[in-house]
Amino acid sequence: MQIYLPIAEVSVNALLLFGLGGIVGLLSGMFGVGGGFLITPLLFFIGVPPTVAVATGANQVVASSVSGVLAHIRKRTVDFRMGWVLLAGGLIGSALGIWVFNILSALGQIDLTVQLSYVLFLGFVGLLMFQESLRSILRSRQPARKITRRHQHLLVHRLPLKMKFRTSGLYISVIPPILVGMLVGVLAAIMGVGGGFIMVPAMIYLLGMPTKVVIGTSLFQIIFVTAFTTVMHAVTNQSVDMMLALLLILGGVVGAQFGTQIGAKLKAEQLRILLALLVLGVCGLLALDLLLRPGELYSISVEGRA
Amino acid sequence: MIRLLALLILFALPVRAEEVVAGLSQNRIAITASFSGSDILVFGAVKRDTPAPEGPLQVIITLQGPPLAVTVRRKDKVAGIWVNTDAVPVSSSPSFYAIAATAPLREVLTETEDLRHAVSIPRAIRAVGSGLEDAGVFTDALIRIRTDEGSYTLNETGVELAEETLFRTRFILPANLTEGAYRTRILLTRNGQVIDSHETMVDVRKVGLERWLFALSREQPLIYGLLSLVLAVTAGWAASAAFRYIRS
Repeated sequence: MQIYLPIAEVSVNALLLFGLGGIVGLLSGMFGVGGGFLITPLLFFIGVPPTVAVATGANQVVASSVSGVLAHIRKRTVDFRMGWVLLAGGLIGSALGIWVFNILSALGQIDLTVQLSYVLFLGFVGLLMFQESLRSILRSRQPARKITRRHQHLLVHRLPLKMKFRTSGLYISVIPPILVGMLVGVLAAIMGVGGGFIMVPAMIYLLGMPTKVVIGTSLFQIIFVTAFTTVMHAVTNQSVDMMLALLLILGGVVGAQFGTQIGAKLKAEQLRILLALLVLGVCGLLALDLLLRPGELYSISVEGRA
Repeated sequence: MIRLLALLILFALPVRAEEVVAGLSQNRIAITASFSGSDILVFGAVKRDTPAPEGPLQVIITLQGPPLAVTVRRKDKVAGIWVNTDAVPVSSSPSFYAIAATAPLREVLTETEDLRHAVSIPRAIRAVGSGLEDAGVFTDALIRIRTDEGSYTLNETGVELAEETLFRTRFILPANLTEGAYRTRILLTRNGQVIDSHETMVDVRKVGLERWLFALSREQPLIYGLLSLVLAVTAGWAASAAFRYIRS
């Protein structure tokens, strides 16, 4: 069943899109990530123009994050105060990212920037996760040892403008969360992702937040950042394709629920190592694309009506 | 002097010995949500008052999408990775261009007539000076890419001509159509010279939901953006609520 996408101006198979959304939803349900980092490259691959793929990807992440954060709010695992601080940084970052995106689009380097950011960030995060989960699998084979972690004084405790975050049990400076939020905002705008895969490690390792509130809080702020990004892209580039978003969201919503059930049956370390391999796989494919000589050296971009 | 001028004008006026009468199977194409391509049948006849002159009659039919301004970019290896480097702006190239003829173009049309009527694919593209030495390579690449994706086609045996009078051809329009006025031209030639031509427009438009969404995204981008959000938030909430209901 072919469907014509009004903004992308391409005709694609609706079942394919539904399936794509479903697979990404399945993975996001299994691993608790937004799935934006998968959907955007997959859309490039089926011929959706990069600007439309990035903007519509952001819109799809809004839907999956809303669905996820509701579950976390019920479990009371969202640190709203931290969420608002991250969000303040996120909105600045997002506006900055849109500005950079438009400049690079005009220079014809947007595809390269998007691809390079994917390769760098996916590679970095994938390796970190892989190494960390491998270590915890090895550790779990050895006789159980109780790991005691004393209260550590990180950089975040020494900076000024300290604030209390009750849900996370932290008393830290607001500067690092704002910077983390900004970085994720820039990424959201340029890469069409929620940035959960950057945000989650940053919250654990840089801010020292307890793991149980990390995913809920990250989802909470991602909703607003990706919502802002979607509207900004819609206004400045007119590149959000609602028809495309709708199909992806429908597939994603169904997939996510099955994913959650599969995820519940696997062990946490196994899940993380699988996610790490998936992230590294996507990173490798994108890297090959940059390193190998392309089949067609020339590309056409439409500037408008003559 | 005046007599000479009158004589010149008389010579300059085309002698319309043969004329085209043509029709299209459809002159309006609607792009709906389930649009998956279409086709257009172009048919007609040659009307003549006097017996046909010497030399075989040839027919060329073209269908041309709206002209677009594009930029053609070339990748080069920079620091180990492939990056867009040089770019050539092309001020006008049709989004779609199909040519059908009764015989190879070189036989039915002289170089000068091709230039005057902009018939062949390279002639239908207008590039501005870019300062690059090998700008021609870029327009060649444009044609190659568009030909590979099926947007530019040349079918040199595509027009059926019967008894030097009745002709017909069929154009297949791909699913990835750009909206706009599509120009259909019919050219009659003898000995490489165009003796008559006829032009009509086919209107390709998005309709219904497609039209509405596209117009909204261009005219009210803020409302469109907010609407996309409402859609996403509602879908997310509904999914969460529905599955909670199923589980309980």
